[in-house]
Amino acid sequence: MTTLGSRRHWTGFAIGLVWFFFILWPLMGIKPGGLEFIPALLVWARIAAAALFIFVLWLLRQQGALGFLERPAARLGAAVSGAARVVPRTAWIAAVLAASMTLPLFAERYALDVAINVLVYVCLGLGLNVVVGMAGLLDLGYIAFYGVGAYTYALLSVHFGLSFWLCLPLAAGLAAVAGCIIGYPTLRMRGDYLAIVTLGFGEIVRIVLNNWMSLTNGPNGILGIKPPTLPWLQDGLWGVLELRALGGLYYVILGLAAFTVLAVYRLNHSRIGRAFEAVREDETAAQLMGVNTFAIKLLAYAMGAIFGGLAGAFFAARMRFVSPESFTFMESAMVLAMVVLGGMGSIPGVILGALALIALPEVFRGFELYRMLVFGGVMAVMMIINPRGLWPAKRVGQRSEERGHG
Amino acid sequence: MSEPILELRGVCAGYGNIQALREVSLKVLPGEIVTIIGANGAGKSTTLMTICNIVRATAGEVLYQGRPITGLSADRLPAMGLCQVPEGRRIFPRLTVQENLEMGAFLRKDAARKAFDLDKVFNLFPVLKERRKQPGGTLSGGEQQMLAVGRALMTRPRLLLLDEPSLGLAPLIVAQIFSIIRTINQEDDVTVLLVEQNANLALQTASRGYVLETGSVVLEDSSANLLANPDIRKAYLGE
Repeated sequence: MTTLGSRRHWTGFAIGLVWFFFILWPLMGIKPGGLEFIPALLVWARIAAAALFIFVLWLLRQQGALGFLERPAARLGAAVSGAARVVPRTAWIAAVLAASMTLPLFAERYALDVAINVLVYVCLGLGLNVVVGMAGLLDLGYIAFYGVGAYTYALLSVHFGLSFWLCLPLAAGLAAVAGCIIGYPTLRMRGDYLAIVTLGFGEIVRIVLNNWMSLTNGPNGILGIKPPTLPWLQDGLWGVLELRALGGLYYVILGLAAFTVLAVYRLNHSRIGRAFEAVREDETAAQLMGVNTFAIKLLAYAMGAIFGGLAGAFFAARMRFVSPESFTFMESAMVLAMVVLGGMGSIPGVILGALALIALPEVFRGFELYRMLVFGGVMAVMMIINPRGLWPAKRVGQRSEERGHG
Repeated sequence: MSEPILELRGVCAGYGNIQALREVSLKVLPGEIVTIIGANGAGKSTTLMTICNIVRATAGEVLYQGRPITGLSADRLPAMGLCQVPEGRRIFPRLTVQENLEMGAFLRKDAARKAFDLDKVFNLFPVLKERRKQPGGTLSGGEQQMLAVGRALMTRPRLLLLDEPSLGLAPLIVAQIFSIIRTINQEDDVTVLLVEQNANLALQTASRGYVLETGSVVLEDSSANLLANPDIRKAYLGE
């Protein structure tokens, strides 16, 4: 034990444990009757024991004492990833697609509900990824475009009875217009300033939705939005099938998510995508190379908004009710967290990020009251361990011939 | 005497309340290498940035091929044959070397000539060809400078503005880059306006020079005369 780890390591570990206790104590100990000490201490002791175990394992590994375990594990890992690489990428995509296509056949209602949520956030995350990951513009008010899309379909459906499929492009278009309107005055700013201004605009959209009683019915929201419909063969006649059931809605959002993935992938590999990256890397240099940086940034904003608008229209059709409460800053922060956690600029990363941030809180329901605490803790730990994200972008816009030479 | 390719007439510019350029006037004739020398903070880089309208001119006029370009957005210039290699190289660090070069040809649609130019840049800088799949940020300082020059050449410039290409580079690399600047000038007929702190090297490369002091042109002469001028030798050549 004397040689295990340096004094510095152990001091850091001890300070960490003491720090954690002082976080935990008030959280668990403050009760209506006064300050309790014992329950917090018990929980702390259990967590401390687990942490000590992990810490000792980590130290042993640092000293190479776990080599007898690690070497076979590394060999196994290499074999698995080697085998994985033999399978072409299209096969992986086909497998994921097949799995998601067949999900409604065996998933129960609750799981399907979570899956729909995940897919909505996949669309949002990928849309924000165009703005933040590719063009490097930090946008804290992204959810505004989701709101514009949702209200577009809600209003057109309730007042004019327009169909979901007709409203989908309209919602995307209006979100893009909103993106340009918001982008035009804000995109002259850079970095932190831009983030603050987008935050302000996001709030403005929510507050307008909340207060424009005659149009949006304010905080009461809009009821009676129609679900998506499909033409359907009915008693030998063409009728209309309302996709009220979750299964039908699931396929609609799966289609939208697939469209988003494809569109963002194509964008990543296009000339425009390259210009987004150049602006992110060095705006002045990009301008000196002939890139109209203002137009490109506006385009990035509008394109990101389009996917937000599509997701919003679906959201309205699925909930059949919209109110400004769904478009708070918290939602923007969630979507941004997905992009950062998953890996900025990486399509599989953002999908994983959406999966993690929507599905994990469901998994943590077992922790009951401490659910969000555990969730926040896991997020913080993940960012410390791997700040580049769950599935980091190797480099956005990498072409196939460059892959595998790493 | 032929029409100047670039002319500055009484250009003033500044940052906030600080005036960085005071009525700078200069001319560059087609085919020349002209240099602007001066101490740190004399306004050399600001002059180039004002030509490209990254810094706005508060007074005066910039003419390119006889046409006023004052106030014209910087991104319109490469298509007109005016390209700048900015100070500090400013390559795109996470784009590969080849993608950096392709960004130089962003506006061009002529695929065949683009490929031809890419080959030419690779011939001028063979090290870039070796490293074409590497991210630009992983190159050494000298290689990054070569990449910045190569990227600018991909725009097919008629006038190249070079800002401190020798900054922070080893003497051997500097000599290599300056010899390439002369090659570009002679073989491809690219006019060069060179901003340099290394006055000795700049004057040996250029045919004429302007001396900038606290934002004003204080002297203008042929390189030979400037090199022989005792004041210049004392102030800028360390004698």
